Amino acid sequence: MDFIHVEGVSKAYADHHVLNELTLDIHKGECFTLLGPSGCGKTVLLRLIAGFEVPDQGKLYIDETLVSDPGEHINVPPENRAIGVVFQDYAVWPHMTVFDNIAYPLKIAKCPKDEIEKRVMEMVDLVAMRGLEKRFPSELSGGQQQRVALARALVAKPNLLLLDEPIANLDANLREEMRFEIKELQRKLGVTVLYVTHDQEIGLAISDRVAIMNNEGVIQQIGTPYEIFEKPVNPFVFSFMGIANFLNVRMENGQYLAGTGSQAVPWEKPENPAGVVDWVAGFRPSDVRISRTPEAGKSLKGIIRRANFLGAMMDYLVEIDGTTLRTNLETHRAISENLLFEAGDECYISFLDLHWFEAEKLKGAILE
Amino acid sequence: MNGTVKNGGSSFGVAQIILFISIAILVIVVAFPVLLIFFNAVWVEDHFEFANALKVLWEEEEIFQALINSLIIAGGTTVGSTIVGTFFAWLVTRTDLPYKSFMKSMFLVPFMLPSFIGALAWKMLLSPNAGFINRFFIENFGFDGPIFNIYTYYGISAVEVMYLFPFVFIQVCGALERMDPTLEESARISGAGLFTITRKITIPLVLPSILSGALLIMLYSMAHFGTVAVLGIENGIYNIPTLIYERIHQSGGSFASIRTGTILATVLVISAALIIWAQRKILGSGHYQIIGGKSFRPMELKLRGLRWPLLIFCFLYIGFTIILPTVVIFLVGGLSTYGLPFTPENLSLDNYKFILFEYQVTKDAIFNSVWLGFVAAIITMFAGVMISYVIVKMKVRGKGILEFLGMLPFSVPGSVIALGVILAWSGQFGINLYNTVWIILVAYIARYMAFSLKANSAALEQVHDSLVEAARSCGATMWQSLRDIVIPLVRPGMFAAFFLIFLPALRELTVSIMLYAPTTRTIGVAIYTLNEDGETVISAALAGIALILIVVGQTIINKMTKKAGE
Repeated sequence: MDFIHVEGVSKAYADHHVLNELTLDIHKGECFTLLGPSGCGKTVLLRLIAGFEVPDQGKLYIDETLVSDPGEHINVPPENRAIGVVFQDYAVWPHMTVFDNIAYPLKIAKCPKDEIEKRVMEMVDLVAMRGLEKRFPSELSGGQQQRVALARALVAKPNLLLLDEPIANLDANLREEMRFEIKELQRKLGVTVLYVTHDQEIGLAISDRVAIMNNEGVIQQIGTPYEIFEKPVNPFVFSFMGIANFLNVRMENGQYLAGTGSQAVPWEKPENPAGVVDWVAGFRPSDVRISRTPEAGKSLKGIIRRANFLGAMMDYLVEIDGTTLRTNLETHRAISENLLFEAGDECYISFLDLHWFEAEKLKGAILE
Repeated sequence: MNGTVKNGGSSFGVAQIILFISIAILVIVVAFPVLLIFFNAVWVEDHFEFANALKVLWEEEEIFQALINSLIIAGGTTVGSTIVGTFFAWLVTRTDLPYKSFMKSMFLVPFMLPSFIGALAWKMLLSPNAGFINRFFIENFGFDGPIFNIYTYYGISAVEVMYLFPFVFIQVCGALERMDPTLEESARISGAGLFTITRKITIPLVLPSILSGALLIMLYSMAHFGTVAVLGIENGIYNIPTLIYERIHQSGGSFASIRTGTILATVLVISAALIIWAQRKILGSGHYQIIGGKSFRPMELKLRGLRWPLLIFCFLYIGFTIILPTVVIFLVGGLSTYGLPFTPENLSLDNYKFILFEYQVTKDAIFNSVWLGFVAAIITMFAGVMISYVIVKMKVRGKGILEFLGMLPFSVPGSVIALGVILAWSGQFGINLYNTVWIILVAYIARYMAFSLKANSAALEQVHDSLVEAARSCGATMWQSLRDIVIPLVRPGMFAAFFLIFLPALRELTVSIMLYAPTTRTIGVAIYTLNEDGETVISAALAGIALILIVVGQTIINKMTKKAGE
């Protein structure tokens, strides 16, 4: 059995079903990210694993111990689950110093005083807070408070670290720094991590494996960050993982034609045994190549509808026979390769990578 | 991992027990006495008599008059306080009045002064024949009669306004300070003049606060005993609480008087419930949300030539309503006999020495008040923490009942509580506390539970759930997380609750006057009864001591809350 085994777990609040017979496994020692839009139930799953909430049905195992089974009236309280939790709002206790915050789990475990001292200072060093251990949380920045929370969650050497959007409240630079620190700590300490977030960038950056959850609380795909990004199993996963362009394609007389026009798409065709007529080609702005001259058998003709100078990048809105798509390229390349377009210019578009979806299935899956 | 724990065993049971205890406290202390009042109001001998209860209200001249009086006095007080409170609030927040922050704290002083002591002072100053001011005008300017008779509706309302207007003042100040100035600035940019902005933007935005403060005063004044008791009885002006007291007191607690009391008390509870409902409705309406929690720097009106005259007006107001009555109380307290002129040879500290060290009645009263206030504050503080904890933090079935019961203390006026505890604790149900100090204690707990619930739930709402969950995930049990996290964080709220109860309890009159026995007088009761018995100078001296106690207590709180804030 895997380190965490979630088996057919359901949870509803009043009449709202958040999770429905969800099953999930997390390996020992991995950094696992649960990625989904806000309100999809990912935090609920984390709270069920932590023991803050009790499932309505299903079984939950941590390290081969049954911790929740409402059918058998089994529910191990959070304090007996040997976990560490870091919350989005830090939850650093304002009436305790940094030292006392971090020492609390050890005090509860009745560790001897000198050992507490030693282990707390180790953690203080590990999260680079030395010299600040006598301060109160109100004297710390958000990032420092989150480090305290992280140290507190790890000091008792838990088997499992649960992180609920721990860096969502930090500013962009700090976010980037913290996510590497979390990854680094996880590698050093070998703790199993469940990371819950709606930010796909963090999910990709730190995870060994990622699970994508949709709005209904159903897991869509589990895989390595590379698999999720490059081989999305459905439009939801594809559009969730970043800005997406969709080019309408229809099948007419055995040919795939772009938009409402008559240009045949020159790329690898979808598998289409059922003869579906309406298709959508999905791709990311970074997978678009734009050029002034046609590339025989590889590109489509379009018109620049809007050109935006964004400093380091140029941003173009391109229309191809009634469908629009967005693309961008670095300004210095645009200059050196004569790709500075203006609205109304003709251009040719080709793709590095694209995904085929049936238009019918895409409806409702696209995230705004 | 310490193995599995059955869900039904630990956390489930604890939550149920705490919920049960909380419900039991509120039922015993508040709900049961109030229910007894309702029951006694409509139950005669062995059957319900709804029509008879209404008949009593309509047909007995004196009772009907008391209802009308309550409405007149409460109405007058509400209108007066709203005008005074709103005007001063606007003056200290939205104009360039000099010494604004000092003036703001001065306008809050009346909060501290017990209005019945104020009423005593005004009686000395403006009673038609003996009042110092009236006599001064008659003797020096040849007036035929008093320039102002305090024993009238106007007099009573005016005195209540002096000591109640801070309710409106504080609410309106808060709203004006928190109001986003861009709302007014955008109106100004659109070309509106200051008068138009005030009328179309500012007033509509703060109206909910004004109304809410006004309703609070209405509620307070309807149920207010002291001022009417001191100033109204001379001319036979009774309101509901004074009539309840008078009837029960006169008849020595006869059945008929208790029944009349319960009917009047029912009217009070219903009006209080209506007022609170209206207040919630007003505060709940969307208007209020435009006012954010942040502090802004509001636009200030330049008073120009009116700046100093208005400041002088404020000083005069404070001098007239706060300083003059206080000085009179202390001076009269120093006289050897009431009626002598205030000359050095007539003034001494003898009365103060007498009441502090010799006179058993006042020594008892001071001891009783301090003891009762302290014990009531401690018990109510802890009960309040527990009940608010269940309401704010716990997820447990049956919480709805507690939420409903928790609203009760807010809508039950003091005289109703007093009557309710008489019904509940006079032996009919096996326990007889009547004529003991314990019945006053029970009534105080019921009366001040609302304060404790308010202060503690406010403190608990600040303690985010994740702080407790963090402790649980660190290995702390529910009790450990309560001890280490919740209690230390709500301690300021608990202190606040303690003083919010202790200080008002020191000067309590409405409840204790209905419940006292010869040896269980409180300070308030002693001041009132001594005054009734014609011991004016002793009564004034005791009032002076009470004022000193209150001011010292208030200063300590201010120091402590300031420290806690740092």
